[in-house]
Amino acid sequence: MKASIERLTERAAGEGLLDVAYATVDSPFGPLLLATTPRGLVKLSLPNYDAGQALEELAARISPRVLEAPAQLDDARRQLDEYFEGRLREFDLPLDWRLSKGFRLRAARAIHRIPYGRTRSYMDIARSAGNERAVRAAGTACGANPIPIVVPCHRVLRSGGGLGGYGGGLPMKEALLEMEGVLPRGE
Amino acid sequence: MTALPPFQSLLDDHAADVMAVLRGAVGRADAEDCFQETFLAALRAYPRLGDDRNLRGWLLTIAHRKAIDHHRANGRRPLPVAEPGELGGASAEPELDDGLWALVGALPPKQRAAVALRYACDLPHAEIAAALGCSPDAARRSLHEGIKRLRKELA
Repeated sequence: MKASIERLTERAAGEGLLDVAYATVDSPFGPLLLATTPRGLVKLSLPNYDAGQALEELAARISPRVLEAPAQLDDARRQLDEYFEGRLREFDLPLDWRLSKGFRLRAARAIHRIPYGRTRSYMDIARSAGNERAVRAAGTACGANPIPIVVPCHRVLRSGGGLGGYGGGLPMKEALLEMEGVLPRGE
Repeated sequence: MTALPPFQSLLDDHAADVMAVLRGAVGRADAEDCFQETFLAALRAYPRLGDDRNLRGWLLTIAHRKAIDHHRANGRRPLPVAEPGELGGASAEPELDDGLWALVGALPPKQRAAVALRYACDLPHAEIAAALGCSPDAARRSLHEGIKRLRKELA
């Protein structure tokens, strides 16, 4: 049965019927759910989120043709592995931005431009997204980021240097910033 | 309209039943092709499906049509039939042995499908009707006729 389903998934991709392909991949922080459309990576769900709910949202917002198809995510998985091992500083993956709109989309694109090992403040992001005073909205945009890690919202901090928040939990944000050399290695 | 679940959940929940029905209907050798055709057709139509009630019945309906297409394409040649052990797992009844499934395979298509859906997939009459695209009464009649004919063959 497994072979039949794998054959089906391949044929579906070949015939343009695979609108959303997903896979669960291991990370040092727990399992990540990755999802891609033919345009690119559309969703990365951190370990503390409900993967089933994430898939239902993809079905509702993009297309119900959602299939588990790990082969479609081989490249993303490999790059994430290398990133977590400290061997990759910049992701080279096509992204599908369609889950973000308006201010949040502009904020996400600004976050995507923050280089490895550097940080920005929520106010910086608000300014880049076109409204310097929308600091709170910038924080919300970080929290709503559909593709964390690859769109590195962990590099956005409070103006005073405080960590702010993180969807994956503050220990994960700290660990990522330590790995990138922004914070001193853990005490 | 309720939101449709991710298509993967249809595979997880119903792929084994679809395969069991197809093995009963077209035989083990051709079930794989019909399985692929069934799910590709389902995947094509899925986003336009009005509601998510009885997705299983919907899939079995498509499987039934693909089995009929298969028989048409092959003329009405004698049917290979599935190994009894592969039909529907726990619901396959012990007395359904090889010889009996060979007889099921020789029934007319509607009767064969009704018998396979009832005994390989353990479907109630209403779901058999949905899968065959007929009324529950017609499904009951097909099942009844099929079983009557089997009894006669075995007598």
